[in-house]
Amino acid sequence: MGLDTRRVETGVDVSPSSSESWVTTRLDFLVNWGRANSLWPMPFGTACCAIEFMATAASKFDLARFGMERMSFSPRQADVLICAGRVPFKLAPVLRRIWQQMPQPKWCISMGACASSGGMFDNYAVVQGIDTIIPVDVYVPGCPPRPEGLMYGIMMLQEKVKKERMADKSLRNEMEPDPQSGLYIPPTLIDEVSEPFGNSVHQTRSGL
Amino acid sequence: MSETFLPVLAGHAEGGQVAAPSTPRNVPYHNATPNPSADALRAQFGDAVHRVDVVWGETTVFVHRAQVLQIVRWLHDDPTQQYDYLSDVTAVEYRDLDRPIEVVWHLRSLPHRRFLRLKALLPKGQPLVVPSVWSVYKGADWLERECYDMFGIRFDGHPDLRRLLMWEQYKEGYPLRKDFPLRGRFSRSEQLRQILSQNPEAKYSMEELTVLEAFDELSLEQRARLRSGEKVGE
Repeated sequence: MGLDTRRVETGVDVSPSSSESWVTTRLDFLVNWGRANSLWPMPFGTACCAIEFMATAASKFDLARFGMERMSFSPRQADVLICAGRVPFKLAPVLRRIWQQMPQPKWCISMGACASSGGMFDNYAVVQGIDTIIPVDVYVPGCPPRPEGLMYGIMMLQEKVKKERMADKSLRNEMEPDPQSGLYIPPTLIDEVSEPFGNSVHQTRSGL
Repeated sequence: MSETFLPVLAGHAEGGQVAAPSTPRNVPYHNATPNPSADALRAQFGDAVHRVDVVWGETTVFVHRAQVLQIVRWLHDDPTQQYDYLSDVTAVEYRDLDRPIEVVWHLRSLPHRRFLRLKALLPKGQPLVVPSVWSVYKGADWLERECYDMFGIRFDGHPDLRRLLMWEQYKEGYPLRKDFPLRGRFSRSEQLRQILSQNPEAKYSMEELTVLEAFDELSLEQRARLRSGEKVGE
């Protein structure tokens, strides 16, 4: 008869033809269950999104329901970096240093429009999306997102964590920046996605 | 009695006779009564005072840029003026290319309940240099650094004129100048490459973080407290 091919709601995809045993897939489920339900966030709040993040963590929305009881204000004891707010260029090396100080396994949530894309701050001082500095798992849109929005992003991240497989080592590979440019994304792509748009096409309205 | 705490009260000059201000009503846009310091400056410095402007009840004195330090020092030291608080140092550039850049000092006299705005004009095409008022007001340190960072105006006599808001190796220019493009001069990838090559711990020097230099300016009581065991730096 072989394995039952009906999908079991474990979050772990088992392909009957693979050589993985029942033990490792069950262990995957156990480890992922533990990881997904005890994510310790490292709050990196720089702007108004941090206010919404605080509301999410406070009693009304109660982030502790998702296993995020403990805010880790040190990157060395954190699992997930929640970048809430705009990141100016001057803070970019700091953010990258914090990400590099976090131990594996680690994830990143980019909260709000500014962290995800620079938002309305399409100017000389603000990083146009933190995914140009560090890898990002979940983007939460909004300006700022409501606490429900952040929770939805967290639940999406939990889904992602639950789908990880021990057999697949590629998910745990440390993403190394390109040695030439020091960037995670090719420079040409960064320039392409941050092309002028909207009002910023008119660089100086005084016409100089 | 010499050690008793003396509260700093506004309007205590002339025996506390300076009237408390009431909410101004019907202030004319132009030509209200100027601050008496404007006439005093004219009498004291003559030609160095170019123009006195009263807008919405606030007095602006246009002064010659070379005389700024003497004027500010006199305003600070003279018992009839006592401008003891420097609110702001900033600059204005106008869209008109021929119009000079203005450097603005906001001064406040708590004893006399006065506010005075000094302006110095820096014509285009000449080096943007004005004297620093750091020797009069220590609080001008970061204000002048910010003004240098954003406008490129050099404050002659400032002890440590570095960029304040942007990082020190910022190469793109002075962001608040009218010829500065909003998104900066370099491409986004080049901006990221430059900033990520910075060491985040190299931002501060130990000289900046220590308080040893300020030790001689502390009061005797504070010095004794620090001597008795509180750490003051490396």
